[in-house]
Amino acid sequence: MLHDLSIGALADLLNERKISSVELTRHFLARIERYDPVLNTLITATGDRALLEAADADRRLRRGESGPLLGIPLIHKDIFCTDGVRTSCGSRMLDNFVAPYDATVVARLRAAGGVMLGKANMDEFAMGSSNETSYYGPVKNPWDTSKVPGGSSGGSAAATAARLAPYATGTDTGGSIRQPAALTGVTGIKPTYGRVSRYGIVAFASSLDQAGVFARSAADAATVLQAMAGFDERDSTSVDVSVPDYRAALEQPLAGLKIGLLAEFFEGLEARNGALIEAALAVFRSLGAKTVDVSLPHLPLSVPTYYVVAPAECSSNLSRFDGVRFGYRCAEPKDLMDLYKRSRGEGFGAEVKRRIMTGTYVLSAGYFDAYYLQAQKARQLITDEFRAAFTGVDLLLGPTTPTPAFALGAKVDDPITMYLNDIYTIGANLAGLPGLSMPCGFIDGLPMGLQLIGPHFSEARVLNAAHQFQQATDWHMQTPQGYA
Amino acid sequence: MSLTRQEVEKIAHLARLSISDEEMPVYVTSLSSIVDFVAELARANIGAVTPMAHPLVGLRQRLRSDAVTETDQHERYQANAPSVQAGLYVVPRVIE
Repeated sequence: MLHDLSIGALADLLNERKISSVELTRHFLARIERYDPVLNTLITATGDRALLEAADADRRLRRGESGPLLGIPLIHKDIFCTDGVRTSCGSRMLDNFVAPYDATVVARLRAAGGVMLGKANMDEFAMGSSNETSYYGPVKNPWDTSKVPGGSSGGSAAATAARLAPYATGTDTGGSIRQPAALTGVTGIKPTYGRVSRYGIVAFASSLDQAGVFARSAADAATVLQAMAGFDERDSTSVDVSVPDYRAALEQPLAGLKIGLLAEFFEGLEARNGALIEAALAVFRSLGAKTVDVSLPHLPLSVPTYYVVAPAECSSNLSRFDGVRFGYRCAEPKDLMDLYKRSRGEGFGAEVKRRIMTGTYVLSAGYFDAYYLQAQKARQLITDEFRAAFTGVDLLLGPTTPTPAFALGAKVDDPITMYLNDIYTIGANLAGLPGLSMPCGFIDGLPMGLQLIGPHFSEARVLNAAHQFQQATDWHMQTPQGYA
Repeated sequence: MSLTRQEVEKIAHLARLSISDEEMPVYVTSLSSIVDFVAELARANIGAVTPMAHPLVGLRQRLRSDAVTETDQHERYQANAPSVQAGLYVVPRVIE
C-alpha cells in the first residue's frame, strides 16, 4: 500500500509518473478521515488546500521538475505559522489566529513541493509530555488508544505512526520530538540549535526550541531535514554553517565508530528498558562500533535546570499574549488590567499558567540569582561536560524515555512526575546538541526508543548511525495493529 | 508549602493572570512542589562558572543592516486583533 512506502519510493513513483500527487494526497486524506476521529492527531485538516497544492506539484512534475519531496504529503505541527491557515499552538488563546505569514520551515517544505494535509495537535504552547494539555483534547497513541502518544509533538508522532502522512514536522524544547517518537515507535530527530530556522515558530523557550522531523526511518528523516536545514537571516540565532549531504552520508560503514555510554543514563534504568538498549548495542558492535563508558557528573541537574530556564523564557515570550493585538480577549473587560488578566487567565490552560508563574517567580527580584543565574551556570557546566565527552567518543547512546507510553490521565495531576519523562532528553536541549530517537523494541506491546546524541552539527553522523542500525534491524518497520 | 497563597497571588498579578479562588489552592500546591524540585539547583555545588549565554562556542548575536525589509501589512495583521478602529487597537479607556 502507498502508506507503507518510504519517501524515496514515493518520490520514485511520482517522478516516474506512476501515480500523481493528487492520488497520493487523496490516499492520505482518506486515511485521516478514517482514523483521525479516534486518534485526534489534527487540530485543523486542510484537505481542500492540500488537493490544490498536490495539483500544483503535479504540474511541476509534468514540466519535468523532480525532487525528493515534490508532491509528497506532510503534516505540520500547529506551532508553525502557515499563511492563511489557523495556527493555534494547541491553545484557546490562538484558537482564532490565522497566521499572516509562513514559518521558514513551512516555506522551505512548500518550495520543495510538500503538500500540507493539516496542522497537528500538540500540548498547549508545546508545554507538556503527553499531549494532554491541548485545548483540542488529547491525542491517542495508535499502539493503544488508552495510552498517551507523548508530547509535546504528540499529533505529529501519532500521525506518522498511524501512517496518516509519510512525515511530519515537530519542535523539541526538552524532548518534544524524541519522547513522542519513542512512545509511538517512529524516528524523530532534533537537530543542533541553530540548524533549522525558528522564524515563524510560536516561541516557547527561545534558547532551547528547535524544529525537526518525524518519519518512519532515519533515511526518510535525512531527506526531510535536508530541505529544512540551513541558514536563515530572519532567525537571529540561525547558524551560517553549510548543510552536508545527509543522504549521501547514510551508507558510511560504522567500523571504528566510538559510542559513549553515559553512566548517568544507565543508573537505575528499568531492567527491560536496559535489556533493549543492550540488545541495540550488540547490533552496533556487530556493525563495527566500539563502546566507551563516559560520565557527565552534572547531568542529573539537567531536569531542575530545564524547569528554571524554560519557564523563565516562556514567561517572557508569552507576555506578548495581551488580548490586544491578536488572540483571545475576555468578554466585557472593566479596565485595561482586567483585560490583560482575564484574557490571559481564560485564554491559557493550567499547565501554561503554571509555567508562566514558575518563570515569573524565578526571574523576580530576590530569586533571580538563586534560580535563573544558577541554572544558567549549571547549563554551562553540563554543556562543557558534553563537549569533553565528545573528545573521546563520536556519539552518545542511551534510552529516550524511562518507560513506554503511560495511560491517559495517569500523570496530569502531578507536574513533577510528568516533568521526569524528559530526564534523558533535556540534556541535548540544554547543550544545543542534535538528538535522535528510533524504535528499538517493545515493552508490554508498546514501542520503546533508543536515543543517539552527537556533537554540534553532527546530524549526518547521527542519521548515518541510525540508518545503519535500521538496515540491520526491523524495529522501525513494525506498525500498530489496525492501521494497515 | 514553600510558597504561600499570598506569594502565589503576587506572582499571578506580576504575570497578569487571573486565577479564580477555587483554582488558587491547586497552584499553591503545584508551584510549591516545582519550587522545591528546582531548589536542588540552589543547593548544588556549582562554583565559579560563567552563566551560559549561548550553547555554541564563540557565537554572538548577529546584527543586520539597518534597512527596511517589511512592507506595510497592518490591515492583514490587524485582522487578527479582537478590536480595531481606524487602524488602531481598541482597549478600555485608560485616561479619563
